[in-house]
Amino acid sequence: MGNGFVVPAIVAVTLVTVGIGFYGLRLARTTSDFLVASRAISPTWNAAAIGGEYLSAASFLGIAGLVLKYGVDVLWYPVGFAAGYLALLLFVAAPLRRSGAFTLPDFCELRLGSRRLRILATAFVIFIGWLYLVPQLQGAGLTLATVAGSPYPLGALLVAAVVTANVALGGMRAITFVQAFQYWLKLTALAVPVIFLVLQWQADGRPAVTPPDGLTFRTATTVVVEHRATLTLPNGDIREVRPGDELAFAAGDPVPDVSGVATAASDWLLPSAAGNDDRGLFATYSLILATFLGTMGLPHVLVRFYTNPDGAAARRTTLVVLALVGAFYLLPTLYGVLGRIYTPQLLLSGQTDAVVVLLPGAALGDGTVGRLLAALVSAGAFAAFLSTSSGLLTSVAGVISTDVLGRGSVRGFRLATVIAGAVPTLLALHVSGLDVSQVVGLAFAVAASSFCPLLVLGIWWRGLTDLGAAAGVLVGGGAAIGAVLVTVLGPPLSGWPATLTTQPAAWTVPLAFTVMVAVSVATRRRTPADVAATMLRLHTPETLRM
Amino acid sequence: MQLPDVGSGGAVPPPRRARIVLAEITRQDTRAERTRAELAQQTQIGEALVRGLVRAQLALALRLSLVVAIGLGGLPWLFAIAPSLGRTTVAGVNLPWLLLGVASFPFLIAVGWAYVRLAERNEQDFIDLVQRPER
Repeated sequence: MGNGFVVPAIVAVTLVTVGIGFYGLRLARTTSDFLVASRAISPTWNAAAIGGEYLSAASFLGIAGLVLKYGVDVLWYPVGFAAGYLALLLFVAAPLRRSGAFTLPDFCELRLGSRRLRILATAFVIFIGWLYLVPQLQGAGLTLATVAGSPYPLGALLVAAVVTANVALGGMRAITFVQAFQYWLKLTALAVPVIFLVLQWQADGRPAVTPPDGLTFRTATTVVVEHRATLTLPNGDIREVRPGDELAFAAGDPVPDVSGVATAASDWLLPSAAGNDDRGLFATYSLILATFLGTMGLPHVLVRFYTNPDGAAARRTTLVVLALVGAFYLLPTLYGVLGRIYTPQLLLSGQTDAVVVLLPGAALGDGTVGRLLAALVSAGAFAAFLSTSSGLLTSVAGVISTDVLGRGSVRGFRLATVIAGAVPTLLALHVSGLDVSQVVGLAFAVAASSFCPLLVLGIWWRGLTDLGAAAGVLVGGGAAIGAVLVTVLGPPLSGWPATLTTQPAAWTVPLAFTVMVAVSVATRRRTPADVAATMLRLHTPETLRM
Repeated sequence: MQLPDVGSGGAVPPPRRARIVLAEITRQDTRAERTRAELAQQTQIGEALVRGLVRAQLALALRLSLVVAIGLGGLPWLFAIAPSLGRTTVAGVNLPWLLLGVASFPFLIAVGWAYVRLAERNEQDFIDLVQRPER
């Protein structure tokens, strides 16, 4: 690609990120500043920061790619990513803030007074954090490779290095400013090009998204296949393609059917129906459970709540986040839909995650406007990698520095940051075949099957015991982790086993809740003696503080 | 405190009157204080108050999640049993796309807004109960 604007835009985003980081560094003087921004952050800044941190590569690139590929059924991803904040608001936000817990392991110890449960929670925080970090770094590598033609490891290493340095030197205070800036950058980077894209679509005579004769190439296109697939050509011929194969199409040629992709209009346009697609319906409900309940268990989301001054502010902040995130999620769907018209070749090459960065150039041509918008979108994508990775790294490093290294000092936090950043970087360099959105979805499933029951029962049910909590986290979270490992490392499955492992939440979440309640009831005598005092603290307004 | 010697002076009553007024105010204060202390020490009354608040907040959260479970969670099932609904178009766009891609977000925000209002009202009721226990 010969777009001279892309690299300067990415460099600018990186420099501004580092710049704001150092501006924050001058303000960060004490350990408290460093870790929780001294709790001096206003709700609006805090909400923008939470939104900026949350909208990851999966939101910015992944959703549009999935919509392009699978159609209406995957709209549950954005709905679920937003609805997760509603579940967080309803069941967790205010009581968690009032508990005074900074991390999930802190909450375990405060509520149940068990050191061993704390260690278990620490292990899960680190696992979920790394599972979520790997696809961010991979996304960075793939994006830089797509838009600037650089080798894959460069993008991953660049993002990892910038984020690790920024977190280690600036800490949380700097991160808050960086994240808030990046929310608005990401929103702008999708919203401005969409205006031009829709105008271009109007000017092209509103081509149909699902033409009756099937999709066609608008211009002469050469496709380089990236993933093995089976094509069904319009004349009925079946052709196997392998990575590296080149296919040439003339303008107006129909797009062949690709195995595993909803190329046919009806599959793409209409939701899965009962009877002929029960597995699709199960996968949809599994996805809904994972995303609705998983958000509250993501380590980088919870850390943010400590920066609110009190429980009522935590609630209002969450509501603002819900609005900011909801506004953002209106946009990626449009990219996926317009991608059907302007970039159908991505269905063949398998690089659907690239639709957001390639669409402006494909629809608006190679003029200055098209190039500038492509650069803006790439900058937004980089903001997505940088902000989510920073948030994840801060929380994983926080847990490592307090629970593994056992030091609360700034130096300990810096050492932990380097450790926490190195592991996923190595993983991302060696595993490049994973699908960005799928891995993120699995991280949500693990969080929903481990920390969601722990938080909800811990906050609302006096009968929870340390053994019950540990058993629930081990069985439910363990089952979800098992499903993740089978999906990522195991042999390719088909039919029900594939559905049950790629979308495990619908069975692992109820399992976790059931085990947690049953074991707690069986070990009733272990209920903490101070549970009444804890409940008082979690649920009564701060104005009554005694 | 030393009691005044009644036999020697004899002109003491006015300051005493003032003391009774002060005592009234202090006594009113202690009522609220006592309820707070009851909360802090988990006496039966304090425990019942907190249980009531927790139950009210949980019932509110569950009611609103039921609204979302029916309003959004019912959609895949509805589309599955009534496929004709998926083919219905509004302004040229199929209904599922509009419901999921656009309408779901304002719906979620509205539920969240309602929750924040109602939860804060529950807390205000609790504060009123604690600070004016005699009424």
